[in-house]
Amino acid sequence: MTSDLINIAYLVTAVTFMLALKLMNGPKTARKGNILAAVGMGLALIATFFLPEGNHSILQNEAGEFKSINVLLLGLAFVLGSIGGAWSARKVQMTAMPQMVALFNGLGGGAVALVALVEYPHLFGTMTNETMPLGVRLTTTVLSLVIGCISFAGSMIAFAKLQELMTGRPITWPGQKIINLGLFIGTIVVIALLLANATAQPPMFYALLGLSLILGVTLVLPIGGADMPVVISLLNSFTGCAAGLAGFVLGNTALLIGGGLVGASGLILTLEMCKAMNRPLSNVIFGAFGAVDTTASSSGGPQGTVRSYSVEDAAIIFASANNVVIVPGYGMAVAQAQHVVKELAAKLMEKGIDVKYAIHPVAGRMPGHMNVLLAEADVDYDQLYDLEEINPMFPETDVALVIGANDVVNPAARYDKASPIYGMPILDVDKAKTVIVSKRSMNPGFAGIENELFFEPNTIMVFGNAKQTIAKLSAAVDSI
Amino acid sequence: MSLIAVVTIFILAVFVGLEVIAKVPQTLHTPLMSATNAIHGVILVGGVIVLLRADSTLMLVLGFLAALFGVLNVVGGFVVTDRMLEMFTRKPKKEASK
Repeated sequence: MTSDLINIAYLVTAVTFMLALKLMNGPKTARKGNILAAVGMGLALIATFFLPEGNHSILQNEAGEFKSINVLLLGLAFVLGSIGGAWSARKVQMTAMPQMVALFNGLGGGAVALVALVEYPHLFGTMTNETMPLGVRLTTTVLSLVIGCISFAGSMIAFAKLQELMTGRPITWPGQKIINLGLFIGTIVVIALLLANATAQPPMFYALLGLSLILGVTLVLPIGGADMPVVISLLNSFTGCAAGLAGFVLGNTALLIGGGLVGASGLILTLEMCKAMNRPLSNVIFGAFGAVDTTASSSGGPQGTVRSYSVEDAAIIFASANNVVIVPGYGMAVAQAQHVVKELAAKLMEKGIDVKYAIHPVAGRMPGHMNVLLAEADVDYDQLYDLEEINPMFPETDVALVIGANDVVNPAARYDKASPIYGMPILDVDKAKTVIVSKRSMNPGFAGIENELFFEPNTIMVFGNAKQTIAKLSAAVDSI
Repeated sequence: MSLIAVVTIFILAVFVGLEVIAKVPQTLHTPLMSATNAIHGVILVGGVIVLLRADSTLMLVLGFLAALFGVLNVVGGFVVTDRMLEMFTRKPKKEASK
């Protein structure tokens, strides 16, 4: 009886997850969707406490005694986890969102791996009433361990890279692909050996634990910071799959459906991101993008003079402009400049200048990263234009103001087949009458490629921290 | 549960995931990634089960960590997503109050 009620609760949870994803289709209903999913999650958790175990409750042992230590630890996990999770999620800067998602994803992967680790010896127990064949439970447990470990280790590296605890540049070493391939094949072989000769405490199982953790690390190390969103999204999908597989072992529908949904959605999202960069997923994962190209482009890269203006000189250009397109990039995010950008835009609009924002799909470090930041600064939706909408407007644009964006406005992507970003759709800011680029220095962007835009005769560089530059620009615009 | 029932549920969930997600606009990709990240925190259900079943010190420690990681994933994931979406909904509200 209770068992039916629990399964109904899980079904309701599954429905809330699906409805939540559907509500995420529109900005107006998205928040409701998220809250709905959270409520569903709470329901699934409450239901779990009523799970029967044989002929007694899961909260009791064989003798019918209350498992006080287990319940106490569970309470502790809930209290610590809720405080820690809510506190860090509230406190984190909007710019640090990507690494936060990476961190939480890694913890999820770790949780899956731990569940598999604990469940493994139980597979050989005396529970004879299991209807699922041992082989299936064994395979899914082992796979959820491997995928969970890869997701955990990979996400932690992604977190470290984005948090700048380590270099964001790709880390490569000789024979890397061979070694990774070897590790991958090794993992498969160990899985096969384990499945062929399964016992409760095989050394092979612990070898697999180590191997998959190493694989997670070596898989993400060679990937540059600019590609981290794709990696996080892929690992997110991995964790979903692993959680779904854990659902096989535990015979739990909430896990099966939640995991399956996320596994599928993460993959779609990953492919969407790759599409926006016009690169196949394999190239992102194995390309070590931005590692070798620095040297290649510095020899044959663009040359010429860079025109560097003071803020005051740059402000004068706005005096004769009728329309301005603002192109934000990661530099705006780092400098937390979205509010001053909005102020500048307001001042320009007071002077009767039309202001639009051009949002490149992969500007920043996550798709939609710029939208999130500009929304934070209360910028009107109607002023945001995506790539296809804005590109035809650039030839009629008086001033394109590029704030901390680099690779997404590099014209080399249009024609230079040798460039690693060749073929990526870019914002054609070079077609605007004047381009003002606010940038910290001449250092190449995250992908490590020189940008010839900065050498164009219609480009003006204003060096300095984006927030200070734009604030000064905003003040200077006042006086023109 | 029988194997075939479990496989059926899993495969159907995957297809629902593919269909529902494909329609989400680019603007909402970051919050979406974050929300799906929170949803796979449902592994916490597994964490709760293994912690409650634990019968040795080692199992208690591992189960505790699984539950703790799961709670962090769920609570952190939903709160971060809500923070992102809060900013998306603020604007229309203001206009409505004008």
